[in-house]
Amino acid sequence: MSMKETPRFSEKRLEEIRALVARYPGPQSALLPVLHMAQEDFGYLSLDVQKHVAEVLGLTLIQVREVVTFYTMFREQPCGKYLMEVCTNASCMLNGADELVRHMCDKLGIKVGETTPDGMFTVTEVECAGACSGAPVVQINNVYHENVDEAYIDAFIEKASKEDAA
Amino acid sequence: MIPSDPKQVTQICFDRIRIPDQRRLEVARANGAYSFLPTVLNEFSSEQIIEEVKKSGLRGRGGAGFPTGLKWSFVPRNTGKPTYLLCNADEGEPGTFKDRDIMRYDPHLLIEGMIMAGYALGVRDAYIYIRGEFKQEAEILNEAIGEAYAANLLGENILGSGYSMDLTVHRGAGAYVCGEETALIESLEGKPGRPRFKPPFPAVEGFYRCPTVVNNVETLSTIPAILEHGGDWHAAIGAPNSAGCKIFSVSGHVNKPGNYEVPMGTSLKTLIEDYCGGLKHGTVPKAVIPGGSSAPWLTPDHYEIPLTFDDLVKAGSMLGSGAIIVMDETVDVVKVARRLSHFYAHESCGQCTPCREGTGWLERLMIRLEAGKARASDIEVLRDAAEHMAGRTICALADGAAAPILSMLKHFPEEVRARVVEKAA
Ligand SMILES: Cc1cc2nc3c(=O)[nH]c(=O)nc-3n(C[C@H](O)[C@H](O)[C@H](O)COP(=O)(O)O)c2cc1C
Ligand code: SF4
Ligand code: FES
Repeated sequence: MSMKETPRFSEKRLEEIRALVARYPGPQSALLPVLHMAQEDFGYLSLDVQKHVAEVLGLTLIQVREVVTFYTMFREQPCGKYLMEVCTNASCMLNGADELVRHMCDKLGIKVGETTPDGMFTVTEVECAGACSGAPVVQINNVYHENVDEAYIDAFIEKASKEDAA
Repeated sequence: MIPSDPKQVTQICFDRIRIPDQRRLEVARANGAYSFLPTVLNEFSSEQIIEEVKKSGLRGRGGAGFPTGLKWSFVPRNTGKPTYLLCNADEGEPGTFKDRDIMRYDPHLLIEGMIMAGYALGVRDAYIYIRGEFKQEAEILNEAIGEAYAANLLGENILGSGYSMDLTVHRGAGAYVCGEETALIESLEGKPGRPRFKPPFPAVEGFYRCPTVVNNVETLSTIPAILEHGGDWHAAIGAPNSAGCKIFSVSGHVNKPGNYEVPMGTSLKTLIEDYCGGLKHGTVPKAVIPGGSSAPWLTPDHYEIPLTFDDLVKAGSMLGSGAIIVMDETVDVVKVARRLSHFYAHESCGQCTPCREGTGWLERLMIRLEAGKARASDIEVLRDAAEHMAGRTICALADGAAAPILSMLKHFPEEVRARVVEKAA
């Protein structure tokens, strides 16, 4: 999708959204799931995407914006191809999460919250992922990786970089 | 990892969790899932079910421990409005990871519990509000729900009983406070998850201002066993005023962290030593958070405490969600408290001044303390701020924020003092 094009859901998506709306007493209830879909389809929730979501659900832009800014999973900016979210809450911290974050940032040459210049990797810190027996836990593009250590991350980054170069 | 079963004690929610492929309807059914459902739908009345659940002594597994049968009996009948059932699968309390295992390994147990609860409460539409990060678990649930619809276990006229119920999985999007039941309702209405004033309680005025029951995943997953075996059977398991089993999510400095379902009343020491393979360092923990990060900390004095609602309250803490975070002698308690203060400051929804301002203060002071830059007067401000937050807000998040700080000050004054800078001469 080029930058200029206005983002629009596919016909198939719109059908899915209509079915979803029918499952709730009111259309606004479908807002969170539809924003998840939008983020999946368009990468992040630009103002244009938010306007489109508002239009599709018959809501005001304010109603959509309030929700987008309240919830941490919704992103208004693009992130790297691999979004690496490290849990640094108590149990993960007790099992080396801070050291892991430092290692990842050093290896990639970025700070927490930043993306590598090639647009490949973003590293963020998040709150308890609800998987503390696997501490430290890293979510990469919404998939849980548990008992993560430096070697595991190094291997992941190398593999991802190689695949991208190929 | 599928929860292990080192002792083979009575289990309820995890009874069938180790069966391979239990998440598939065919396998679940072969092992007894839904076998008692027709009896419930055809032979039990709503009042009978609620009576049985009251008799069982079941108390909510989501954190507050409210008696489930009593909660259900508060739902007004014949209001002309629909009644909604919402399953709380937000699982955001730091240290908690139990509902995830039920949902990904035995989703049909939860679905069956929801059908039974829905029937008892006269519910047509039920929802599972699952934290947004649990995308894979939501997919597993959706698959299981699809199978259940295809087998007429959901939808119109379930198994020819005349009862109809629809079930929808709804993903949140990253906000701890949405686990609070009224914030969950706001969120499910497509709004920011800001808790509502209570009363009115959700049972009377909840989702779209209609009567609504919110129950935790583990609570609802206990219903099928209670109805099949009877309330008295359940009441006889566990301890007085803490009937049944409880899943404890144990993490931190133990050798085998994981979920263990044990009868209530099992001691903390037994859980850590016999189930979790003991501590990583030393023999007795330096501190234990027994009920999720919002629960006040325990010290070695309470290592042998029986894990029940009442014993934990007597010890100045709470059973909460059953999340046990263990810290051994290597822990830096100031660092842990600082990290938790960040969590609460980040997650405060901001609508109550004591919570919004207080959580920010606590975090700033804790950063200063951890860095060795706090003065003795800062410690008094810290204590004062924490003491004045609790109990003065719309929801209990503020109490949770105060707990780690007050615990640190109470139990580890020397470590705090060691971090304080002497006033420049
Ligand atoms: C800040 C906050 C977060 C909460 N998070 C959860 C949660 O993630 N899951 C949950 O079941 N209950 C959570 N609760 C408790 C719910 O408000 C509610 O008591 C519970 O869902 C009721 O279900 P139960 O009676 O079956 O336990 C939370 C409460 C507060 C104050
Ligand atoms: S106590 Fe905190 S989180 Fe709860 S409603 Fe008030 S500001 Fe929001
Ligand atoms: S503390 Fe990291 S997953 Fe819970």
